[in-house]
Amino acid sequence: MEIFGNIDPAISVLAHTLLPLTIILVYALAAIWGERKIAGFIQDRLGPHRVGGWHGWAQSIADLLKLLQKEDIVPADASRFLFKFAPFMMFAASYAAFAVLPFSSAYIGSMINIGVFYLLAVTSVLTLSVIMGAWASNNKWSLLGGMRSAAQMVSYEVPTIATVLTVIVVSGSLNLMTVTELQSGNDVFGFLPNWFIFQNPFLIVAFIIFFISILAEAHRVPFDLPESESELVAGYQTEYSGMRWAMFMLAEYADMLMLSLLGATLFFGGWNSPFGEFMAGPIWGFFWFMGKGLLLVLVMMWIRWTLPRYRVDQLMAICWSVLIPASFINLILVALWEVIF
Amino acid sequence: MVNAFKDGWLTFRSIFIGMGVTIRHLFSPSVTELYPEEKIELPKGARARLFVNIDDCIGCNLCARACPVNCIDIETVPATSDVDLGKTSTGNPKRFWLTKFNIDMAKCMYCDLCVHPCPTECIYMVPEYEYSEYDRSNLVYQFSDLTSDLVEEVKEKAEKEAEEKQRQKEEMQRKKEEEKRKKEMEEKSSVKPEENKKDEDSENESSDTNKGDE
Repeated sequence: MEIFGNIDPAISVLAHTLLPLTIILVYALAAIWGERKIAGFIQDRLGPHRVGGWHGWAQSIADLLKLLQKEDIVPADASRFLFKFAPFMMFAASYAAFAVLPFSSAYIGSMINIGVFYLLAVTSVLTLSVIMGAWASNNKWSLLGGMRSAAQMVSYEVPTIATVLTVIVVSGSLNLMTVTELQSGNDVFGFLPNWFIFQNPFLIVAFIIFFISILAEAHRVPFDLPESESELVAGYQTEYSGMRWAMFMLAEYADMLMLSLLGATLFFGGWNSPFGEFMAGPIWGFFWFMGKGLLLVLVMMWIRWTLPRYRVDQLMAICWSVLIPASFINLILVALWEVIF
Repeated sequence: MVNAFKDGWLTFRSIFIGMGVTIRHLFSPSVTELYPEEKIELPKGARARLFVNIDDCIGCNLCARACPVNCIDIETVPATSDVDLGKTSTGNPKRFWLTKFNIDMAKCMYCDLCVHPCPTECIYMVPEYEYSEYDRSNLVYQFSDLTSDLVEEVKEKAEKEAEEKQRQKEEMQRKKEEEKRKKEMEEKSSVKPEENKKDEDSENESSDTNKGDE
């Protein structure tokens, strides 16, 4: 907030609002290109290689231009308003969550005391928009995908919240800025940074459960059942075309980044430098924060090109019979650890 | 409980093994050939396009006869006695003008059957594979190097010579027949009729069989 010190409040608010948007848009273009390149390299191909010269860097821009020119089709029997509204609602939901993420020590969209709670609440709207788009399409494949997605997201919200809660038990604050500030310094074993993942062995387990859950929340392989392009055509996106489909895609990538950044904030010290005072400060803070988040995104992509997709019953079994009990037991163990030490 | 942990451990182990494999491939060089810029060398004996070294062709038509899809179209005109077409690089004398040697590569099925009968090894496959065309008629390759004027001149000459030869032949035949008749007349007057008959029959038979062969 300090970096916009003495400006007109209206401009300050606008800048605050638009800063994450620019980050998301640039990130989405880069991430889609990056994902395709990584897919190519992992499969010993080259990936997109034509547009723009160096390794096809302009491929995403070309795709965007193509999508802009496409016809905006609304199926005849679709519920017009809901159909048109769903993608924007989805993007709004994932974008709203960026408000409480501390991008650096000097910038956070909104310094509210219930940051994590707000984030988890606002991302539940994603489920609603997915099922809204699915139902409004008036297409059985869309609806199947939407139902799967709703079941999946509602189920996986439980272990996500439980693992976030374990961090909150340690930090004692719902404000993500405070959570990050608590992780500054290099005191663990004398050299490791004070990140929560190093502070407590049970938080490592919490992070693993959290990571699996956000894979499912962000519809990533091996839990990409809502889309599952090889079985459900494209799930709830089947009837969408052009820019509305692009909004869905953008929202998915934004969601992925948002959850990764949340993981980086909760477990890897957010904007804190891993070298203590070295390379610290607001600008470096932004670098570290995005770096940690993008590293998690990279791991998500890496997993995508490694693992096959789970069946829908396996997906539910993993959540309800493994992750939820494990996360709650872990929560109790973390609480005990905090009481004892 | 123990089994559950064992299964969990196995799951994570297999996931990490799989991720190890993928990350190794992430950094290993790709196998992609950037085709229009990079071309791989074709293997020896690759069958991609037919080529005719027309200087060595003797117009024997063996390749056209071997072709299963009739994509080779050859038209030859015998060389007149006043021109010498020379010899091929393999030493075979050339006796025909090749007025037409067309290969329809749109029909060709790359079987290589035309290559082996060629006595002078003048038709063969070349490793050239980028020859797609917008019009199918452009795929008919014309290997004959004669100009249309020359072709007509050669044809006229050949026809004249053929007529000349035909006439000579007919004359020769007429002469022969006359001689024969004279002989017969002489023989009839000198030799006894019974013996003569037998000889004549055997001669006729042999000449009949000869005609059949021709």
